[in-house]
Amino acid sequence: MATRIYIPRETTASSLGADLLIDAITTEAKYRNLAIEIVRNGSRGACFLEPLVEIETANGRVGYGPVQVEDVPDLFDADFLKGGKHKLALGNVEELPWFKQQERLTFARCGLIDATSVAEYKKLGGYVGLQSALKMSGADIVKAVLDSGLRGRGGAAFPTGIKWKTVHDAQGPQKYIVCNADEGDSGTFADRMIMEGDPLSLVEGMTIAGIAVGATMGYIYLRSEYPLTQVIMNEAIANARAAGYLGNNVAGSGKKFELEVRMGAGAYICGEETSLLESLEGKRGQIRFKPPLPALKGLFGKPTIVNNVITLATVPVILEKGAKHYAGFGRGRSLGTLPFQIGGNIKRGGLVEKAFGLTLRQLIDDFGGGTATGKPVRAVQVGGPLGAYFPDALLDTPLDYEDFAKAGGMVGHGGVVVFDTSVNMAKMARFSMEFCSAESCGKCTPCRIGSVRGMETIDRIVAASNDGERNKQHIILKDLCETMESASLCAMGGLTPMPVMSAVKHFKGDFQ
Amino acid sequence: MMPVATPARWQDFTLELATAAVQEFKDQPGALINALHKLQETFGYVDEAAMPMLARLFNLSRAEVHGVTSFYHDFRREKPGRYTVRVCQAEACQAMGSEALTDAIKQQLGCDFHETSKDGNFTLEKVYCLGNCACSPNVMVDKQTYGRVTAESFKKLTATLASKAQSSKEGGK
Repeated sequence: MATRIYIPRETTASSLGADLLIDAITTEAKYRNLAIEIVRNGSRGACFLEPLVEIETANGRVGYGPVQVEDVPDLFDADFLKGGKHKLALGNVEELPWFKQQERLTFARCGLIDATSVAEYKKLGGYVGLQSALKMSGADIVKAVLDSGLRGRGGAAFPTGIKWKTVHDAQGPQKYIVCNADEGDSGTFADRMIMEGDPLSLVEGMTIAGIAVGATMGYIYLRSEYPLTQVIMNEAIANARAAGYLGNNVAGSGKKFELEVRMGAGAYICGEETSLLESLEGKRGQIRFKPPLPALKGLFGKPTIVNNVITLATVPVILEKGAKHYAGFGRGRSLGTLPFQIGGNIKRGGLVEKAFGLTLRQLIDDFGGGTATGKPVRAVQVGGPLGAYFPDALLDTPLDYEDFAKAGGMVGHGGVVVFDTSVNMAKMARFSMEFCSAESCGKCTPCRIGSVRGMETIDRIVAASNDGERNKQHIILKDLCETMESASLCAMGGLTPMPVMSAVKHFKGDFQ
Repeated sequence: MMPVATPARWQDFTLELATAAVQEFKDQPGALINALHKLQETFGYVDEAAMPMLARLFNLSRAEVHGVTSFYHDFRREKPGRYTVRVCQAEACQAMGSEALTDAIKQQLGCDFHETSKDGNFTLEKVYCLGNCACSPNVMVDKQTYGRVTAESFKKLTATLASKAQSSKEGGK
């Protein structure tokens, strides 16, 4: 019988040489006359182990990693097809503490299955959520999402059920479901990982959303930096269609739902929901005034749900296991789980799905194992380029929307970027302004002009020859940041002050 | 050894080819950006001469088409080098030394951002985040992302790509 070998078809694994392993392993197996079957799964999220090769054995899936082409003959010598001992051997992958300590709901299947196979998806609970949704009224589906406590995982954390209810109650012959897959925040890769590792959960989530609010068309707005994701996502959509889960008769229900992937074109601002809608309409990605809300006048002026990938991909498990089950994770108003992404200067980086409430330090030390360089952690940016920089003293803040806001930061999309002691925080603050000026859509003045003035002011602070002059410029920077925060039209200009002012507050010594 | 991206093969721009390439988007709502992507994939850039044609196809003004094309970082107005190299400049990569890597790459290719190396092989661009932040610093060549790139590994990669470009050129003759 052929031995099943899992090698991820996924950007991280591919970026470290996974695709080359296919050839090397196939050739070596042929040479040794051994029967193998290679399955392309997604990544389980342990980026530090990629390329992670897993072998299906009688004792579960045994892992080897990170594997390079040079290791292949050696692995065969060690009889790795039977789980043999080797310096890269990791044992039963599920038993590794890194995975065992996680609480995977949204990512339960990610990395386990052939990512685009409907049959494998269904074997692990896929489409159970849709089947139960099809037996419910639209209002009841919306209520289940509301009761689960799910909040927008893109960063804004708006209650998903309320957004859905607005679209459900809106009148109109045409409504849309739009998935925001323009994951532009540095330090975030959860959207990409689920789309590459379990794309059908997104397809199912969008289908449920469509059925709940009476929308028949969905668009996934995917950033162009993710070309492999595009291929995998389109494959999954085609497979779902062929299996009768998309089209004019979704799962035999007589209901219609179709999906299309649209590519962005390298504009960070298109992650803002109204810019995204403009871009989907083929226009410049400039933000729209709100109101009207996209829920009432969204894509092509029609009622539209705009949700992040993780939000939509979490809906199936809520419908499968019940709102109560999902709300049983987390605490306070931050219910359920969040797939945290640990990146930057980190030893064991990757994706960790946990219930809200663990501390930043637990995430960085227990899962991440400290910095990659071995130097102490100096600053941690949470929530993407618009999130605050936290010093060591704040690392015991629990990861919870409210607690983070209280500490002057935001959880956002759960991206965590770690810096060691070599970082200069004045430089990082300047970068935040520079990034804002490069990516501003230009519609409002505080963002368009403020970001440029911000760069100049930080330059003057750093170049100041005496404390008097420096303090004068600090006052200007603070005033500028307050203006940007309260007068910008969207989160781009409104939140750029967050990393800037947090750097000033916690690392003022760097600004001279 | 790192994987090697498939070399891009641009066609020479003609209005006839361009018109034919974008017809599939004619009746799709809001598909101007899809059409621009298609032109860039076919020719390597969006030629000025395609603008009036796109305006007619989507019932827009030429100014609107120009506005969209110039808004997005992805769309180029001139033919690029054989390969497009995009070096991540975002925070996670900065935390792992992308600044020094960027300097080394610029020096090795002998060009700055938005420029092409003298041999015509590599156009250098910046990018903010490739979504591989646990394996920084990252570089993308055409559609392939490379993680944990060093100045040395980049040198090896570009040498392989340059020799591929050379042999395909000779094969073409």
